[in-house]
Amino acid sequence: MQSLQKITSKFIPLRIENVDTDQIIPARFLKATTKDGFGKNLFRDWRYENDDETKPKADFVLNQSQYSGQILVAAKNFGCGSSREHAAWSIQDYGFKVVVSSFFADIFKNNALNNGVLPVTVTDAFLQQIFAQGSEDTLSIDLAAQTITIDKTGASEKFEINSYKKTCMLNGYDDIDYLLSMKAEIEAFEKTNKQ
Amino acid sequence: MAKTLFEKIWDKHVVKQIEDGPSVVYIDKHFIHEVTSPQAFSGIEKRGVSLFRPKQIVATADHNVPTLHQELPIADALSRFQVDTLIDNCKKHGVELYGLGHEHQGIVHVIGPELGITQPGMTIVCGDSHTSTHGAFGSIAFGIGTSEVEMVFAAQCIMQSKPKVMRINIDGALQNGVVSKDIILFIIAQISASGATGYFVEYAGSAIRALSMEARMTICNMSIEMGARGGMIAPDQTTFDYIKGRLFAPTGAEWETKLAAWKELYTDTDAKFDVEINIKAEDIDPMITYGTNPGMGLSVTGTLPTVESFTDATEKQNYEKALKYMGLTAGQTLLGMPVQNVFIGSCTNSRIEDFRLVASIIKGKQKDPNIKTLIVPGSQEVAKQIKAEGLDKIFAAAGIEIRQAGCSACLGMNEDKIPAGEYCISTSNRNFEGRQGAGARTMLVSPLTAAAALLTGKITDIRTMLS
Repeated sequence: MQSLQKITSKFIPLRIENVDTDQIIPARFLKATTKDGFGKNLFRDWRYENDDETKPKADFVLNQSQYSGQILVAAKNFGCGSSREHAAWSIQDYGFKVVVSSFFADIFKNNALNNGVLPVTVTDAFLQQIFAQGSEDTLSIDLAAQTITIDKTGASEKFEINSYKKTCMLNGYDDIDYLLSMKAEIEAFEKTNKQ
Repeated sequence: MAKTLFEKIWDKHVVKQIEDGPSVVYIDKHFIHEVTSPQAFSGIEKRGVSLFRPKQIVATADHNVPTLHQELPIADALSRFQVDTLIDNCKKHGVELYGLGHEHQGIVHVIGPELGITQPGMTIVCGDSHTSTHGAFGSIAFGIGTSEVEMVFAAQCIMQSKPKVMRINIDGALQNGVVSKDIILFIIAQISASGATGYFVEYAGSAIRALSMEARMTICNMSIEMGARGGMIAPDQTTFDYIKGRLFAPTGAEWETKLAAWKELYTDTDAKFDVEINIKAEDIDPMITYGTNPGMGLSVTGTLPTVESFTDATEKQNYEKALKYMGLTAGQTLLGMPVQNVFIGSCTNSRIEDFRLVASIIKGKQKDPNIKTLIVPGSQEVAKQIKAEGLDKIFAAAGIEIRQAGCSACLGMNEDKIPAGEYCISTSNRNFEGRQGAGARTMLVSPLTAAAALLTGKITDIRTMLS
């Protein structure tokens, strides 16, 4: 897993609530057996008319050239629905390192963290402040300090992440390495807790 | 100390609590399917690690399979390759597979309970959000991502923070024509598609106790649609009677030991929930969704909200976006509106009782000639039972074809899709944009309301068709 410490970047504002994982990556693209190349189909049916890559929808934010950056900012309940980790893979493959929202669905949040994409939960008021910024303005995220800052205004907020996940993210460790190191404890647990 | 049902099971499965971090939770049963497992198999292979407890894993092919001519090779090359990859991986790693053509094949959340694999007190995971279904047996069951599938492969554990607990009590008697699907659609409409995020939900109350196991599964199945980590119902005599005698159910002395333990699985009287919600069963009408998330639902006789009723600008914008997608108008009623498709199936409503409900409505009648149908049993076993009870003849006489087991038109992944712009009255669990195919307009309902639409070709209040 890739590590993440600090990032300053422009952002892409997605002012839509309840963005579900079927929008992030429609099911017809889940036939792959590897994790690669999902970025080109990120938000596929919001990006293109009739599934046609030559016909981008002008009103969708990923198609608006003034917006760019490694941070996606979305309205509340981002990532609801299916558990497909393909949603996190497509966001990462597209080039996002951080997703900001006022509220994340549980499974998506875990999936993002397990792939080195940092979900940053902010208050509704702070989210509105971010949405009020222009396309040239940047956000800065400092994982060690657990802060997100709107660089132009200096407005800043602290965000929550447990210290275990923070350490993993800062160093690029993953949970599987941790669990593999626990084998003996797990075997002992099995012996005393036989179902 | 008084504990909730959830806490009793969770606490028994915590191998280790990491300070200011997640718990390492031991997993008793792991279901896998073709879509979310291949990358996890390659993951452990890349690490040079073998499966830690292959005997605790059961595999099936359901999402990406056709529901006609399953005896032939899958036509779509990518789908075929994915299903073949599952076969190869299971063979290589010693995992039991109920693949296409096997008598136990079916939707993962239908076959687990049907085979007696799902039992009270277990922790159960699957790379599929509707794993919450298994909570109907008083187990902790939830969907996980592929990285977590890999964790269970490698160490039979996952790492998750303990969720908060919510109890939803439904007391009283349901109206005639109202079934468990209406209960869960009503709850989600009340608390929204994110109303239970961060919580594990226990459903309780006299209306829940009165439900069959299959009806309970429908409710737990859709827990994820309000954001909950999972949903569960305390096991009782209904649960024990359902499990007894099934293929993988314990027998003899083991049955007695297990049964004694299962009887301890209930929420203590003084246990505290973070949130508690009370609902009167008689307040629930047959429900239908009108929007693009399962929280956008109302009584089948209801009126869509006005745009002005949304004060928040983003919410208003989202409502208008949903109306546009669905081709509906704020303030309108749905009753009598023509629909083009009816889908009966999915891990929510594809069990034998669902087919009995539908058959009871269509018996001796003809389907509306304009309605296209996708009627799909959840498993080979359900399909067999449909025949054994002669329900297939009732459907055939009504002009309706019954297909073969699979997820079918629930998710727009396999061949079964709803054409763009058309309405589909669906017993599945999600009405997201494009869920049943690009541009498809899904309306979620109970099997009874779906049966009514089969006959009338319109959105119908099933209560008017019952004596």
